[in-house]
Amino acid sequence: MADFKTAPADASAGVKFMTWVDNRFPATKLYKEHLSEYYAPKNFNAWYFFGSLALLVLVIQIVTGIFLVMHYKPDAAVAFASVEYIMRDVPWGWLIRYMHSTGASAFFVVVYLHMYRGLIYGSYRKPRELVWIFGCAIFLCLMAEAFMGYLLPWGQMSYWGAQVIVNLFAAVPFVGPDLALLIRGDYVVGDATLNRFFSFHVIAVPLVLLGLVVAHIIALHEVGSNNPDGVEIKAKKNDKGIPLDGIPFHPYYTVHDIFGVGMFLMVFCAIIFFGPELGGYFLEYNNFIPADPLKTPPHIAPVWYFTPFYSMLRATTDVMVNVLCVVIGLAGLISLAAVKGKARIAVAVGVLVAVALLKTFDAKFWGVVVMGGAVIILFFLPWLDNSPVKSIRYRPSWHKTLYGIFVVFFVVLGYLGIQPPSDIGTLVSQVGTLFYFGFFLLMPWWSTIGTFKPVPDRVNFAAH
Amino acid sequence: MKRIIVSLLAALSFCTSVFANEGGPAWDKFPKDRVTDMAALQNGAKLFVNYCLNCHAAAFMRYNRLRDIGLTDDQIKKNLVFAGEKVGDLMTVAISAKDAKEWFGAQPPDLSVIARSRAGANGSGADYLYTYMRSFYRDESRPSGWNNLVFPNVGMPHVLWELQGEQRPIMETVKDAHGHGDTHVFKGFETTKPGSLSRADYDLAAADLVAYLQWMGEPAQNQRVRLGVWVLIFLTIFTTIAWRLNASFWKDIK
Repeated sequence: MADFKTAPADASAGVKFMTWVDNRFPATKLYKEHLSEYYAPKNFNAWYFFGSLALLVLVIQIVTGIFLVMHYKPDAAVAFASVEYIMRDVPWGWLIRYMHSTGASAFFVVVYLHMYRGLIYGSYRKPRELVWIFGCAIFLCLMAEAFMGYLLPWGQMSYWGAQVIVNLFAAVPFVGPDLALLIRGDYVVGDATLNRFFSFHVIAVPLVLLGLVVAHIIALHEVGSNNPDGVEIKAKKNDKGIPLDGIPFHPYYTVHDIFGVGMFLMVFCAIIFFGPELGGYFLEYNNFIPADPLKTPPHIAPVWYFTPFYSMLRATTDVMVNVLCVVIGLAGLISLAAVKGKARIAVAVGVLVAVALLKTFDAKFWGVVVMGGAVIILFFLPWLDNSPVKSIRYRPSWHKTLYGIFVVFFVVLGYLGIQPPSDIGTLVSQVGTLFYFGFFLLMPWWSTIGTFKPVPDRVNFAAH
Repeated sequence: MKRIIVSLLAALSFCTSVFANEGGPAWDKFPKDRVTDMAALQNGAKLFVNYCLNCHAAAFMRYNRLRDIGLTDDQIKKNLVFAGEKVGDLMTVAISAKDAKEWFGAQPPDLSVIARSRAGANGSGADYLYTYMRSFYRDESRPSGWNNLVFPNVGMPHVLWELQGEQRPIMETVKDAHGHGDTHVFKGFETTKPGSLSRADYDLAAADLVAYLQWMGEPAQNQRVRLGVWVLIFLTIFTTIAWRLNASFWKDIK
């Protein structure tokens, strides 16, 4: 315990008050550690807006969500009507609802960009592995939150989207049907499903999400922020122990982020006020038809932010499973050549078991595995990347091309996931899926190859 | 920064509609300016309560919301409320779901948000409704005696037939390019029995009705756009100040 401090007798009322508080709660200490004496690298670029913007959108979602819950009814008979009640009869209800629905998509936009920033600048590398892992867990929570929230308006797309996704769990071997029943609480998506999704969306997941966000920020402030050069600024400090390339977060980055907030809000508000449906991407047209369990829409697609992963699910056909068997076989052969002795037996057994499992269970199940694996694999990124430098700036130029192709495939997968299935679409998404997994699984190998540029001692910074 | 903005804008630009309601004949363009035209909306409201609000409900919409299109409670009560409802009541109908199913083959959908739900690759929901209301034609093979070009074998009869009269589609037979028989191409309608309105006047009436449906889908929509302009003006000023404030703080950083 810190010593009990006494303010001088002639100190101002403010100083006396803070002394009283600080003796009981580390207010000044927290303020210094996280704001006024948290030293962030001075060379952040525009990519670094998206972290604070994600926090802003989280607050928008929580605050608008609180007001929506005051009027929304989680009851299959009146849920759709209660949303329209909010849109029409609740004063400013339409604004709150559009902020929440646009906020959902905005959340994924900023989070995808935030994650991509981490990817290209190596922000997940030692010592920031836990920052990255907490972040991936936040992303996973966000997906659960968005999926369950999407059921609540109880439109056709809410209903059938949930039906399709929950049915995927039924593909899990042995326990699948029981698992799907447990999630739904009924044999089809119904009132029980709506109620439990409401509970999860409003209480359970946000609680976990908030805890993870706090952990994400505490971990970040423990190790310090990375930067576009991937230089550890703590390696060069002045005589006071302050990093030479570090500047206090407050006021420099608070004022910087307020500017970012202004830019973001211009786009966000333009969508809310002039096109809240955004051409059917943010609010799907079909979702203005009340849920009808007897009428399946001709084309069911998740909202845009899930479609890259949904594409990978649809890409996993029987043919794709055969391709995966061949890929695993080839990988096994290469490993056999590389290892000796008992390890050879282990590789051979591993390959045989993998192929046997792939051919035993339904392709639908492997689709679910692929879809889930595409998210889970992100958690392992800190141990997949072996490149000697963190930032893309000092990597061989063909690495940059590889990251470019990765982005293109991710966007193409997203686009194909919205479209009705087609032969050529399936083929392209299969190639995209293989590339996505190849990118990560082969990273230990390819990330070490090529000529890396020398990393400077200090960050690159041109005064504004 | 600039690169990010440009790429974000580029990403928005390819956001065209890609949802259901694809295929079928092209939809006519609904004259959009009517949604902000009070006289058109009032005429549309009149047509709506007279012709639609008997089988179709608009159960999320209150009569007194019509104040937003320039009507007073008194005008609403006198001209638009028929069955003794109060002006604060929702636009419900007395038709039972069971009867409706028996008479039309399907329950007439609620029209509160119909304009929002019908958008698709061929255009907006209003475009669809505008085309739909003008594409009924006589078809004795149907139980109701009516059919519709954009909604084949629709259960609904042509309720505005007194206004429009009767028409039939002119189909031109075209040799298929691959030589696999003929295809029929729609070449417009031909009036077989004139109604009380001319073709041009009927189109205007249909546009008014659709304008009303479009407005009713989101009664706050005109207010939303008006407010949005002020919000963006405010944000432009805010962001400019934040930008300069940022620059003046960052002058110290060498």
